[in-house]
Amino acid sequence: MNSSISNEAFVLGCSAIGAGLAMIAGIGPGVGQGIAAGQGAAAVGRNPGAKGTIMSTMLLGQAVAETTGLYGFAVAIILLYANPLLKKL
Amino acid sequence: MSDIIVLPSHALLGRTVDFSIHYLKEYELFGHKLYITTTHVSIAIVMLIILIFAVCANIAIRKADPYKKPGKFLNLVELLVETLDGITINGMGKTYGYKYRNYIGSLFIFLFVANLSGLLGLRPPTADYAVTFSLAMISFVIIHYAGFKYQKLGHITDLFKPLLLTPINIIGEIATPLSMSLRLFGNILSGTVLMSLVYGLLPKALTYIVPGFLHAYLDVFSGVIQAYVFTMLTMVFTAQNFDVEE
Repeated sequence: MNSSISNEAFVLGCSAIGAGLAMIAGIGPGVGQGIAAGQGAAAVGRNPGAKGTIMSTMLLGQAVAETTGLYGFAVAIILLYANPLLKKL
Repeated sequence: MSDIIVLPSHALLGRTVDFSIHYLKEYELFGHKLYITTTHVSIAIVMLIILIFAVCANIAIRKADPYKKPGKFLNLVELLVETLDGITINGMGKTYGYKYRNYIGSLFIFLFVANLSGLLGLRPPTADYAVTFSLAMISFVIIHYAGFKYQKLGHITDLFKPLLLTPINIIGEIATPLSMSLRLFGNILSGTVLMSLVYGLLPKALTYIVPGFLHAYLDVFSGVIQAYVFTMLTMVFTAQNFDVEE
């Protein structure tokens, strides 16, 4: 088999695929934030007087839920631009 | 970690997409190579904006006549101070909230201006992990200062409360500043990356129309929310250490 692809190109391509796979982590926070927003809307509907407290609690919970997605984003950015795997060649 | 901070610029489809931190000047300190980067420049501009606002506010407050109605600018300053105090006291309670409003208020103002500085064409300083991590470390020190002040030795013995869970407790304490800083960094960096992709890859004529909506969401909405969340998390973690129930 004559493969003309260089080691560096192979590692770079696989890093790009890995970055794309890492961004699948975005599904979880999306679902979680949607559930939190839905519950928040329901809570405001039940008790409109407590809108400010509900809003700040909801935003805080959403921001915490977002963290796992941002870890995936950090992994993707590192794979794409810092190229840690190239140094192992 | 230093590898994250330096992102090389990439050429895509002939257009350049550039969201990296550039080195402007190199100098040596105690045998280490250090650089003045674009982050330093944008943080200096942000500081300058806040400083000018603070000096104007100070002059307006000194000139204020307590027997007259406050002017427009003074009203704005009063509104700002009252809002920030209200946020702090809501989060931390009346007895301790007043002691921390200085830090919380200045943190929020800095993060607010820094996150919005993308609108001025700067690279936001909070899209550099060094900035967010040092802010998170300041918050970490304040959280544990409050812990030792109000709970004395109980702050350490709390770590061993269920004896089996000691390692998890310790990891949880260390993970607090890490997740706080990564959250802010990731949010602002994702906004910066998306904006530079849009500016770099769209046809030149379209870049005058399309990015407006994206700026509104990625810079203004996301930036303000993240500034609020960072200060809110600092308050929540600090308020955990107060021993008083109201």
